[in-house]
Amino acid sequence: MAKYLLLKHYRGGPAAVNDVPMDQWTPAEISAHMQYMRDFAARLEGTGEFVDGQALAPEGTFVRYDGEGRPPVTDGPFAETKDLIAGWMVIDVDSYDRAVDLAGELSAAPGAGGKPIHEWLELRPFLSEPPTITE
Amino acid sequence: MDETLLRSLTPSVLGILVRRGIDFAAAEDAVQDALVEAVRVWPADPPRDPKGWLTTVAWRRFLDAARADAARRRREDLVDEEPAPGPAPTVDDTLQLYFLCAHPSLTPSSAVALTLRAVGGLTTRQIAHAYLVPEATMAQRISRAKRTVSGLRFDRPGDVATVLRVLYLVFNEGYSGDVDLAAEAIRLTRQLAAAIDHPEVAGLLALMLLHHARRAARTAPDGSLVPLAEQDRSRWDTRSIAEGVEILQAALARDQLGEFQAQAAIAALHADAPTAAETDWVQIVEWYDELARLTANPVVRLNRAVAVGEADGPRAGLTALAAVDDALPRYTAVAAYLHERDGDPATAARLYAEAAQQAPNLAERDHLTRQAARLNALRRR
Repeated sequence: MAKYLLLKHYRGGPAAVNDVPMDQWTPAEISAHMQYMRDFAARLEGTGEFVDGQALAPEGTFVRYDGEGRPPVTDGPFAETKDLIAGWMVIDVDSYDRAVDLAGELSAAPGAGGKPIHEWLELRPFLSEPPTITE
Repeated sequence: MDETLLRSLTPSVLGILVRRGIDFAAAEDAVQDALVEAVRVWPADPPRDPKGWLTTVAWRRFLDAARADAARRRREDLVDEEPAPGPAPTVDDTLQLYFLCAHPSLTPSSAVALTLRAVGGLTTRQIAHAYLVPEATMAQRISRAKRTVSGLRFDRPGDVATVLRVLYLVFNEGYSGDVDLAAEAIRLTRQLAAAIDHPEVAGLLALMLLHHARRAARTAPDGSLVPLAEQDRSRWDTRSIAEGVEILQAALARDQLGEFQAQAAIAALHADAPTAAETDWVQIVEWYDELARLTANPVVRLNRAVAVGEADGPRAGLTALAAVDDALPRYTAVAAYLHERDGDPATAARLYAEAAQQAPNLAERDHLTRQAARLNALRRR
């Protein structure tokens, strides 16, 4: 088994094919989208492949240490050009191919006009623990 | 086995152990062990005297732990005879436990965790699930909290307001995982109300009951939020409402108004309205005025602006809103709502979309996005 992170971006990735902001959809289209996402997560829980999923607020700040006795420096809110993560799902699957298939399915969630959004999702393998048997 | 009944015995058993002179942290561990043992043993072999059983088992667990400790330290001079039963445990023990677990030296998250475990009798695992953190993290939080309060004298009177804040926090976390925190908060507040005669304890209990009554109507089958005005009021729990109103009326009759009583009064006025349109908004505004005198919390003024909008029209609501700090959470959502009622769907849609960006949770974000979408769809027609 290998864990993968599916990252959804508010911005920073290539534009989706069906790229319409959600507040321009119809309420029924929003409901269909939510249902699709819930069904997707529920199905992965059913197959034993779901690990975690979280959404992030669209705002944030960079923070860094500024030396002894000084408060940390903050730089924010994020500039409009910054890559912005919207949320993630962690899956634990048997193969890279399975991870790609699942990411593709998630990207097919219905959007405006009831058509798939075709949004770009970032697929990142976790660095795992070293194996016990090495030779 | 009724686990709630079992857990309701926790504070008095813990109180007995502490009165026998055991350090709070050790007593709490022993009671937890006894609870776990009870869950294992009782279904097949229910005791005649559950509290006596728990006390005996917890005491033995403490002695075992103390002996192990003593052996480690090569000290053999610890008591190992069970003392004669002391005076019957009083409600004061329970009360002191609430004060201890909500002690001002604890951070809110620690006080919440310790209260749920030491007073509520929940296991660390259950509390961890409820707050979506790893069990080890919650165990650490609880043991640090116990260390913090262990040095405190157990017999000093506490401030009931700190306890109420902790219980309010537990209630407001609502439901997640396998523990119903809202129901647990009601149980603990009820138990507190039985131990102390205080109008604000009654006020908080009434507030919880009145809000809990709406729970079934608050979410649609698909999990989305249903705002108060659109809730199916036939799904409100009338028994919970009746109890809340009765407790509130008794509290108000004592003429020592406090924040929780005022909030409960507002909830009671909503509960009283057969339909949203029949809500007595004028009285609700008056209660918000009372509330504003009792607390400096700026959220009161924000909610008051909504009520003014209903009582005196959206224009008056927007005027009231203009005096509120626009950096407050949900300010934009309130502005969107008032602009929609004022017949300006374009501004309302824009503000709803903006409010969705600032929403503190997914359910609210989805709700606000839907509001924007609804208005935008209407405008396209």
